[in-house]
Amino acid sequence: MNPMISLSGLTKTYDGGFQALKRVDLDIRAGEIFALLGPNGAGKTTLISIVCGLVRGSSGTVTVGGHDIVSDYRAARALIGLVPQELTTDAFETVWNAVSFSRGLFGKPANPAYIESVLRSLSLWEKRDNRIMTLSGGMKRRLLIAKALSHEPRVLFLDEPTAGVDVELRRDMWALVRKLQQDGVTVILTTHYIEEAEEMADRIGVINRGEIILVEDKATLMHKLGQKQLTVQLAEPLAAVPESLAEWGLERSDEGHALTYTYDAEDQQRGIADLLAALAAAGVEFKDVNTRQSSLEDIFVGLLREAA
Amino acid sequence: MNLYAIRAIYRFEMARAWRTLTQSIISPVISTSLYFVVFGAAIGSRIPQVEGVSYGSFIVPGLIMLSLLTQSLSNASFGIYFPRFTGTIYEVLSAPVSYLEIVISYVGAAATKSLILGVIILATAAMFVPIRIEHPLWMVTFLVLTAVTFSLLGFIIGIWADGFEKLQLVPLLIITPLAFLGGTFYSINMLPPLWQTVTLFNPVVYLVSGFRWSFYGIADVSPAVSLGMTFLFLAVCIGVVAWIFRTGYRLKP
Repeated sequence: MNPMISLSGLTKTYDGGFQALKRVDLDIRAGEIFALLGPNGAGKTTLISIVCGLVRGSSGTVTVGGHDIVSDYRAARALIGLVPQELTTDAFETVWNAVSFSRGLFGKPANPAYIESVLRSLSLWEKRDNRIMTLSGGMKRRLLIAKALSHEPRVLFLDEPTAGVDVELRRDMWALVRKLQQDGVTVILTTHYIEEAEEMADRIGVINRGEIILVEDKATLMHKLGQKQLTVQLAEPLAAVPESLAEWGLERSDEGHALTYTYDAEDQQRGIADLLAALAAAGVEFKDVNTRQSSLEDIFVGLLREAA
Repeated sequence: MNLYAIRAIYRFEMARAWRTLTQSIISPVISTSLYFVVFGAAIGSRIPQVEGVSYGSFIVPGLIMLSLLTQSLSNASFGIYFPRFTGTIYEVLSAPVSYLEIVISYVGAAATKSLILGVIILATAAMFVPIRIEHPLWMVTFLVLTAVTFSLLGFIIGIWADGFEKLQLVPLLIITPLAFLGGTFYSINMLPPLWQTVTLFNPVVYLVSGFRWSFYGIADVSPAVSLGMTFLFLAVCIGVVAWIFRTGYRLKP
């Protein structure tokens, strides 16, 4: 299947000489939710801005739905809805007019029924005749999403969508993204909140200092890089790890009340059943065990440390 | 052509004018009326006729031009500067619209507003002094050309400005003096010979002269020259706007 968005050799050097993107190659599949993860200043917004036509790439090509974003910008941009990071809205317009304006701007004839459905789905319907400046921050964020969806885009960019957003809106937004995916919309979100990528994305790309370090299915990524930890709560504290258990590489913690075993989730060789048997054989009594899988956050921090 | 986009931007800009009715329509009308009271009624009665036209009537075309110039500039520069300032310009820049469509809609809206204003001022003037229009078609032509040209110039200023001071600077320091010294209140034949020559470098002279000719058939320079200079100025503005969009100047890093 052809990718929905394809970046090849995309480079961006700003006038001041700062290189924001370094030969980025990236394919985003139609209908997926792709999370672009990276620290502040990594190049996430620059990448999105180039695809959406706000910033001009220095070299390389970008296609959206097979349309080159420079030579065939009309067809490419008509497919895209962009929710920017900043809450940039007109103050004096009403919600209804602002969303209708966006639809016209993207070349679509008026469709009040569709605008109504967008506003309702974002809980903005009651506010349709209010001036934008009377809205709360969260409502403005909803409005920006409504504007981005006003022309029925096939690709939706969400640049840091949940920065400074309350829990309710975050949940609504996630539900909306899932609904859009069901309708076949490709969603690209940038974030530095890892739980967001973990919760939402099908695939994750990690960007740092203008380079894509890694692109992977979320499950594969977590599986591949995920470390698991088994912690055994002991009945009696141990002064030292018994000699016979040395090969397991256990760590004593909680003043000898617990032993921690770190293992790779992929490593099938050394099952935890074997460890528990070995513990019993060594005469170590335990009262509780628990396991913990490393989160995407741990993986991410590990990756960045590696790259640095 | 993305006609839906042109209509959307145009209507958005016109709606802004209605919201700021006092600033965009009423205040220019009041200030122009004051000119008529002062120069037309109070002082004008003591000034002899200028080339066979009473002074009050003589200044009408110049005053309309003065308002047209300053209002076109401020409408257009503010119209494009404000979305840059607030950041909402991102939406226009990311939309499937061509540069031509952006210019048509913003400049078209600004020019429409100042044309409406010009007509209102003409109607206001008609209440104070007798007015005759000898060449109505040419009058409309000069009116439209000037409104479009100076809206384009305003558009350029609105993109060039990186603060509200600069937005005011060009109209205040350059355009207003040029307009006042461009024969709004006098015929340049009244000036000493040296200043007559200097004045010919002022583009506003040609606008006012051509416009006045369409009213009373009297002109400082020939109407053909006026028309030619207006088109030249228009061409320069179009050239600069084309350069802005080709290089992404202050719009797209």
